[in-house]
Amino acid sequence: MQSTVKPAIPAKALAGRDQNLLRLLVMLVFVFGLMTVLRPNEFATLADFNSMMRQFPEYGIMAIGISLTMITGGIDLGVVGTANLSAIFAAKFLIGAVPQGAPPEQVLPYLAAAVAIALATGLLCGAFAGLLISRFRIPAILATLGTQQLYTGIAIGITNGRPQSRLPLLYSTIGNTEFFGFFPLSFVIYCAIAVGIGLMLSRSRFGTCMYMLGTNAKAARFAGLNNASIIIRTYMVSGILSSVAGLIMMARANSAKADYGAPYTLQCVLIAVLGGIDPNGGFGKITGVTLAILILQFLSSGLNMFNNISNFYRDVIWGGVLILVLVFNRLFSIRAERRAVRRSMA
Amino acid sequence: MISIRSMTRRSEPYVFAAIVALSLLIQARSGQFFTGNNLVDLARALIVPALFSIGCMLVIVSGGIDVSFTAIASLAMYVTDKTLLASGYSGSVLLAYAMSGALGLLMGALNGGLIGFLKLPTLVVTLGTGSLFTGVMYGVFAASASDVPPAIAAHGKQTLFTAVNLESGLTSNMPSQVLILVGALVLVFLLIRYTMLGRGIYAIGGDEAAAERAGFSVAWIKLFLYSFVGLLAGITGVARISMISYADPSTMLGMELTVIAAVVLGGTRVTGGLGTLTGTIFGVTLMTILANSLILIGIPTYWSRVFTGAVIIVGTGVSARQIGSARRRVRTLQKEA
Repeated sequence: MQSTVKPAIPAKALAGRDQNLLRLLVMLVFVFGLMTVLRPNEFATLADFNSMMRQFPEYGIMAIGISLTMITGGIDLGVVGTANLSAIFAAKFLIGAVPQGAPPEQVLPYLAAAVAIALATGLLCGAFAGLLISRFRIPAILATLGTQQLYTGIAIGITNGRPQSRLPLLYSTIGNTEFFGFFPLSFVIYCAIAVGIGLMLSRSRFGTCMYMLGTNAKAARFAGLNNASIIIRTYMVSGILSSVAGLIMMARANSAKADYGAPYTLQCVLIAVLGGIDPNGGFGKITGVTLAILILQFLSSGLNMFNNISNFYRDVIWGGVLILVLVFNRLFSIRAERRAVRRSMA
Repeated sequence: MISIRSMTRRSEPYVFAAIVALSLLIQARSGQFFTGNNLVDLARALIVPALFSIGCMLVIVSGGIDVSFTAIASLAMYVTDKTLLASGYSGSVLLAYAMSGALGLLMGALNGGLIGFLKLPTLVVTLGTGSLFTGVMYGVFAASASDVPPAIAAHGKQTLFTAVNLESGLTSNMPSQVLILVGALVLVFLLIRYTMLGRGIYAIGGDEAAAERAGFSVAWIKLFLYSFVGLLAGITGVARISMISYADPSTMLGMELTVIAAVVLGGTRVTGGLGTLTGTIFGVTLMTILANSLILIGIPTYWSRVFTGAVIIVGTGVSARQIGSARRRVRTLQKEA
């Protein structure tokens, strides 16, 4: 599940980042241990692992998308809107095109077409955001706040805010397949994406370009990179990942709706920052993001087992953890900077 | 002296023209726009977003962005409301404003400290604190719609004057909370026009390193700025619940995007350093007319989010374009010199 690939960032930075991974690992073990001690009969049982593996892929995949845009120094706040719009287009197509009571082998091509429609929607949504940011020079935050409103608005507009249900049964049957009776399909998709994106970041030309752009956009331009094209492609990847998440949500809920997963945006930004992605761009790995996802999933699954704790404490904890991680990382980097200055003076 | 040339470079005239055009369109389609009661209703709907937009404008001028002010307003007003109810307070409404303002100030100071002294990114910090404050309101205080204490209820019934629509006989009251808006506008006008602190906010947004070298203490200015925005948000929270006369914790959440859109639409430069109160009020007015009157010209409410999104994208796009052309102008001037 963790991509064990060597990152393309220089060795010096690597040492610092590995400390971050170590911190995340310690946090993960701590949260896991705490929950196991507090709720030994429920937490970390096989059934619990299974339900966790069903929950995290949908927001985990969006978190990877946001992480990519943050590595280039931007942010994509439109992931949830993209996911829902893609799912709604796919659902509309399925509801309209598949004849009632058709046998599975006839439905299958329709499903493939619906998936293609969703992925194409995600691609276009991402490309539009990338275009606004690179060509029209709208700051990423505002551009994607706008696209989030726009995509959600279109999704509400074409559905009148109602859920799109009555999907062919085969879709949720396939979507909820479990390999070896234990690993849900969504989990397998997440692993494939995490490894794939991890390799893309560390081994491909495109990945290196993304880090360079995020570190210093001006320097990247003078080094001959086509910044606009890198930005557009990054947001396209983020859009496609969002549409995959939308398809997974659609399979889980067996319907598509304009306001599914509304709190995921904040959660994904939190995951990215917690996972060591620098909000200013240039740093971060998918391994860290995956660890952050697991930490949050353990936390929230564990909290769910306390009946007397309101769900809203999750907002408190997430907000609090986000601020603490920021402060912590900041203090660490200040110390590292001072040490570097001292070393260069000596 | 404002020359025609500098007028066309600013966005206020365009936004004003858009407001006039939209008003005339609605008047032509429904015949209901330029009636006394509709205008008073618009003013009423304008108060809360306009109060938010003043603080939001200052933050964007300083080069930051704040998405937590609605959460601050909600938590501050809710705690104030519950405390006054529990203590059976029956005095002046001023205490409610003072208490909610002070709570807002504290929450804003948290933002300001993290952003100013630890130099953390504004969006991520305010996303985090926004989630924290909302969570505290719903989790710790188990918030749900509640009554307001008598002081606030009485305050909500104060009206300045009543407008009557002679044709339909509908009446609309101008709420006294509009005076708070006027007061805040005057205060912020004085702040940004005549004080070094106000100029500092613009200087930071123009170029933070240059402002620091010029002797502005950037961290303290940011601490002041976010605390002030928190104070304003706390006051706005009480104004809001007094106008709807019950304390609904969710009534303001989600407004932040429309407010940001309105501010940017009003010509505030998204990268900081530029922005006016006039433009901001124009922007809020345009958004309020859009939100309140789309139904009057026959656009179903389901599509209103699309309009918000489109307005954000077009507004920020135009603003970003103006920055680009301004930069090019500077560059040609430098070449000529």
